Amino acid sequence: MVLAAERKRVRRKAAISDVPAWARRGGWWWGLSRWTKWALLLGGAVIIILPFLWMLGASFKPESDIFGYPLRLQPTHPTFANYVGIWHELPFFRLLVNSVVFAGGVTVCSVFFDSLAAYALARLRFPGRTLAFYLVLATLMVPFQVTLVPLFQLLFKMHWLNTYQGLIVPRATSAFGIFLLRQFFITIPRELEEAAQAEGASEWYIYSRIMLPLAKPALATLAVFYFMTNWNDFLWPLVVTSTTNMRTLPAGLTLFAGEYVVEHGVLMAGALISLLPLAVAFALAQRYFTQGIATTGLKG
Amino acid sequence: MKHSSALSPNMSFATARLPAGRSRRAIRLRRHARAYVFLVPSITILVVFVGYPIVQSFWMSLHNWSFFATVQPYVGLQNYENLWHDSRFWGDLRNTAIYTGTVVPLQVCLGLALAVALQRNTSINKFFRSVYFFPVISSLATMGIVWKFLLDPTIGIITHAMVAVGLPDIDFLESTTWALPAVILVGVWKGVGFSMVIFLAALQDVPESLLEAATLDGAGPWARFRRVVLPGLRPSLLFSSVIATIASMQLFDSVYVMTGGGPIFHTETLVTYIYLEAFDYSQPGYAAALSWVLFVLILGISMLQLRLFRYAEVN
Repeated sequence: MVLAAERKRVRRKAAISDVPAWARRGGWWWGLSRWTKWALLLGGAVIIILPFLWMLGASFKPESDIFGYPLRLQPTHPTFANYVGIWHELPFFRLLVNSVVFAGGVTVCSVFFDSLAAYALARLRFPGRTLAFYLVLATLMVPFQVTLVPLFQLLFKMHWLNTYQGLIVPRATSAFGIFLLRQFFITIPRELEEAAQAEGASEWYIYSRIMLPLAKPALATLAVFYFMTNWNDFLWPLVVTSTTNMRTLPAGLTLFAGEYVVEHGVLMAGALISLLPLAVAFALAQRYFTQGIATTGLKG
Repeated sequence: MKHSSALSPNMSFATARLPAGRSRRAIRLRRHARAYVFLVPSITILVVFVGYPIVQSFWMSLHNWSFFATVQPYVGLQNYENLWHDSRFWGDLRNTAIYTGTVVPLQVCLGLALAVALQRNTSINKFFRSVYFFPVISSLATMGIVWKFLLDPTIGIITHAMVAVGLPDIDFLESTTWALPAVILVGVWKGVGFSMVIFLAALQDVPESLLEAATLDGAGPWARFRRVVLPGLRPSLLFSSVIATIASMQLFDSVYVMTGGGPIFHTETLVTYIYLEAFDYSQPGYAAALSWVLFVLILGISMLQLRLFRYAEVN
């Protein structure tokens, strides 16, 4: 025992002496590399937040200030005019409502339908279950752009273009969400349901009273993921909607930016407001965002 | 999945009769029916809005399709043949390849470096993590507007800063040389936090005991990283690069907003071209063919990545 400990001590000493004196903790190289590390981290962080800072500054600037020289991030004559102007210079309220309805609608429907299907695939026995599962997996592989063109035609034939149902229903479930929840449901121990089943509980009862409460973290992660991707989505609303009063925030703001009729400050105020809900949610529940990304990451 | 074999289809109606008067078969059917009810919403939506459009998309690519026509002339593989001779398609493919080939390695390497640098749970590290992650939750289209303003020759703070330190005055988004690098910069800006988070999660799973053992065996920081940490990160390296590759090959938002594919198609990507062909030039058949080419490319490259990583694992 003593011998082993002694050997360990000697080896540790040897390990430390492998590092040259100048590179050891407290040496000049160590100090330099530490400073370099923090300088790089800080420099990178500045590049990362620069667009957000500029957006924030410009949203409080009068138009003359944005073109003023020398350029600066903060306004010289701060004004709230852009935050007032946004509501009548653009149909901003309408864009906001559309975004809430679209992202919210997709999130609610998707999480509900996904969890239903995932429960059936994870726990119920019925003929064709394997087939259904592979069918779901197959749709996961195909990029969204492949379906985009025929979907447009389908929605046209259904008279669903430029409507909320056209925006929401094709996205009201996703193979990815079903797959994610199914994987989660399989890990829940069966004893809980078996006890309920013995007392004659229905599948619906087991699903809604046992499975869903246990799956709350997974459901929240999925909900955050759905809300974020659809709130930020651009291509789908761009294709499905055609009039200004049906556009969502990203599609609407972008089109106004392209037309150059709107002042920069007003546009930046709009961009900032459209970022706000997710920023607040992120500050409150960072865990669900990073979890959603780390476990999911799939887009579209 | 295995349980479906437990159903015995040859059980006769008569022997299955229960004392209560209801056959077991009926009970089973009822149970199946209830299972199908759980599946109906999702399967219906997937069949109608994903499955059918996939098939339809291929069908369209074999026709000289128009959205509002009653007769669609069949042209066989003509659309694919035209693609082969379409120099704009090859240019877009080149742009998409350059974008993917630069954004993915940059995003993955920088994300890994950030994760290693910010690994410890100190409050300053947590702050930096939030900052680097923030672009991930923002909309690429909306932030594309902001980036466009930042790079603008008159009001752009980046352009002005460059002139102030003696660098040339470049109109990035109107320059055939600099427009694509600008789009690439925005891509890395948006994606680096995504990779960082994946690596942060994976780093937590690298066993502390292994690292200690390596230290005892005289491994320096670099050797520890190469021999212990990196092998443990292989699955997340694969995951992160596959996801980043798929997303990069589908690039649309920032290009559409910042450059519209210009100047002279120098930033146009495959998805931008699909969009324009379908909805601006009214050539849905051609757009569908394009989208199938994109699908095959994405599938091929993902397979290749999986294969490469598996080889690396064997050796």
